[in-house]
Amino acid sequence: MASILEIKNLNKKFGGVIATKYLNLSILVGELHAIIGPNGAGKTTLISQIFGQIFPDSGQIFFQGTNVTRVSEYKKSRLGINRTFQITSVMKSLTVSENIQLATDTARENSFNFFTASNNQTTILKKIDFCLRQVGLIKAINQPVKSLSHGDCRKLEIAMALASDAKLLLLDEPMAGLGPSETQEMIALLNKLKGKQTILLVEHDMDAVFALADRVSVLVSGEIIATGEPNNIRRDSKVQNAYLGEA
Amino acid sequence: MSFYLDLATRLCILAIAAVGLNLILGYGGMISFGHAAYLGLGAYAVGIPAHHWLYGGLDFLATNNGFIHITIAVVISGLFAFLTGLICLKTKGVYFIMITMAFSQMAYYLFVSIEEYGSDDGLVINTRSEIPLINLDNPIQMFLVSFLSLIFFMWLVHLITKSNFGLILSGIKDNEARMVSLGYNVYLHKLIAFVFSGIICGFAGVLLGNFTTFISPEMIDWSRSGELMFMVILGGVATVMGPLFGAIVFVILEEVLSSITIYWHLPFGLLLIAVVLFFRGGLSSLLSK
Repeated sequence: MASILEIKNLNKKFGGVIATKYLNLSILVGELHAIIGPNGAGKTTLISQIFGQIFPDSGQIFFQGTNVTRVSEYKKSRLGINRTFQITSVMKSLTVSENIQLATDTARENSFNFFTASNNQTTILKKIDFCLRQVGLIKAINQPVKSLSHGDCRKLEIAMALASDAKLLLLDEPMAGLGPSETQEMIALLNKLKGKQTILLVEHDMDAVFALADRVSVLVSGEIIATGEPNNIRRDSKVQNAYLGEA
Repeated sequence: MSFYLDLATRLCILAIAAVGLNLILGYGGMISFGHAAYLGLGAYAVGIPAHHWLYGGLDFLATNNGFIHITIAVVISGLFAFLTGLICLKTKGVYFIMITMAFSQMAYYLFVSIEEYGSDDGLVINTRSEIPLINLDNPIQMFLVSFLSLIFFMWLVHLITKSNFGLILSGIKDNEARMVSLGYNVYLHKLIAFVFSGIICGFAGVLLGNFTTFISPEMIDWSRSGELMFMVILGGVATVMGPLFGAIVFVILEEVLSSITIYWHLPFGLLLIAVVLFFRGGLSSLLSK
């Protein structure tokens, strides 16, 4: 299988702290690739570098064969990389459907359309409908986002990511702060997307990761110490040491 | 009668400026403390060509043609908004407030320093803009032009805020970081809104110059910018009617309170505090309940 994202020898330091260290990673088209690791391993830093919010000190990132190492985030988003945030980040004063609309390419391409009403384009309406049905939020379509529960905001973020037609989705801890039943719903939702979307999932919830991932990479102190199928990772002694401490 | 007509005309003109400010302050979350500069630029765009038309000098500029006045006002205020916006919009929050104020004070001191146009004594505009079929010397026509312009700009801003661009602007106001990650060129959107807003206020300045037939740097002073903010916040930010309500209350209170006491700003300030504390969303939220 061809890879959609290639990371080569990536390095990032914050002062004396090494957040990413000679990191190599490749994400295959269509896979759900999970990144796990203890707190402070540099997971979010990695995502932010892939997405272009921060730039690496050295190393390269290739997206679909082109070097995108120093392409800024809004351009990455246009290339087809989209991310969700560890801390929910949506437009709270707008409605659910407006949030999704803003995530579509159509809204972005017509962003300098000053005088025609924004809410009656059939293609957008269809897409909003589709994305909300996928995540099970269709009932809330016209609600203001501030009235949604935390779990529903999480789903909204996924719906927005879907609406963006991203070729690569970076999900930064989508289960963070969810209750047990909401976590199950989120797992079911991601399972539904699996195979249709290439997803890079950063997650603390091990049950979720092992239930969902095609491949897992383990990040410890900025380095990837193992990559492989969930079952192999579970048995890997280096991984066990990192998580359970040296025996 | 003519007193009330004057009051109504002044109200309409200030309301246009408030509508312009509301586009960025209310809908875009950009708190500009320098919008009086655009009113001043618009008024000088009438005063300076009219001055040269009557007294000679700078022939290329000398005219009393209203369309040219409006064109100059639009171009100059748009340009001023574009150039200052390029810098101001790199900042946020308090810094944005301070830097917009700083730029308007620069315009203030620019006009204070030009002796030919009266320095801080101001410039008497001895001839109003000539527009075919319209006589701005007639107070009723002056009022009608102001009133119709107000309606037009309220409709225009309403249209913009309901458009795709408007939706994006409110998204930026709400969560700028997220809009960047969705692929929007946030800076450019803010800049365009900023320029639109400046142009609307510049147009209001053309009317103001014609109405008062006098323009002085005092019109650009930061306290005037503060009054515009008062109107927008008092009336209700991000609403169609808000700036109009704000302007009505402002003009009436100014008239009533200033006839009672020269310290009329004090009760006015207390009122603003009361509105902000107890009626978030301003007067228009009070009326829509």
